[in-house]
Amino acid sequence: MTKGTIFIDQEKCKGCSLCTAVCPQEVIVMQDDRLNLKGYHPASLNEANAHCTGCGVCAVICPDVCITVYREPQMKSHATTAC
Amino acid sequence: MTTIALNETSTLVYQRPHSLATCNTNYCPGCTHGIAHRLLAEAIDELGLQERTILVAPVGCSVFAYKYFQMDGCEAAHGRAPAMATGIKRVQPEKMVVTYQGDGDLASIGMAEIVHAAARGENITTIFVNNAIYGMTGGQMAPTSLPGQKTTSSPFGRDTQMTGYPVRMSELLSTLDGATYIVRRSLHDIANIRKAKKAILTALKVQMNGMGFSMVELLSSCPTNWGLEPSEALHWIEKNMIPAFPLGDYKVHEEVKSL
Repeated sequence: MTKGTIFIDQEKCKGCSLCTAVCPQEVIVMQDDRLNLKGYHPASLNEANAHCTGCGVCAVICPDVCITVYREPQMKSHATTAC
Repeated sequence: MTTIALNETSTLVYQRPHSLATCNTNYCPGCTHGIAHRLLAEAIDELGLQERTILVAPVGCSVFAYKYFQMDGCEAAHGRAPAMATGIKRVQPEKMVVTYQGDGDLASIGMAEIVHAAARGENITTIFVNNAIYGMTGGQMAPTSLPGQKTTSSPFGRDTQMTGYPVRMSELLSTLDGATYIVRRSLHDIANIRKAKKAILTALKVQMNGMGFSMVELLSSCPTNWGLEPSEALHWIEKNMIPAFPLGDYKVHEEVKSL
């Protein structure tokens, strides 16, 4: 499986949670115990559960464009898993 | 701001488009105006048009749209964005002129301007964000509100006996010979957002090639005034808006198909 990671600009996040609903790996969580400067609970990548594939659908749905997506180069043996 | 550990081999797959300003927007959480802004900015970046695009902002929630893009922009009087865009395009035909309008702006007070701009076949592009309600002023009934839809000015639901039926702008404009590219897309899920991006790219190419008037209608959500959670609002688009405003290509001129 392709491996990737995302960076969420938490000060831009408005906590709408659309990214958590679309993430196929369910690795994005809302930080209910933290507020950003605007007073929203921002989204964050659950890094302990390192299953992010860098597919980027969270960045496609994010209305505040606060997600940057990175991906590791694919291993040759898994060359067909890209989305 | 948190830092992330990246391997040297990591490649950047997606980042904020350059044409989009870095400031925060005034939109409510989950509002799809942000998605529409991003798609327009991505399309402008991909076509390398940032330096020669002029955005005409409307009156409505997106009244500050000129602030949210890193390109030239101006503010039109309510509904008059197509008229202002006509003037700009005729004086500076080498510029790309894009109007960004909501349904309260385009389908109500600006109905005359958009119809005549399309009828004249002005070489401009319009991004029409349709969320079936007046967002900025507090959720009143718009010309595009659905029959039975509860708004602050129709608390018992839109009564078609008294207030009529929703106006379908794409269908209406597609009957005009001056219009070249009129399509309706939706922003309620990933696949449809990608289709919307493709349509915006085509609309800009229509203008680049001097083919005439192009408009992309985007079905959008207004979680705050609909009284729904952001994800429920996206489901509401799919369940209620798409049956009333069917997605599709309403006018695609023959020469556009070759783009």
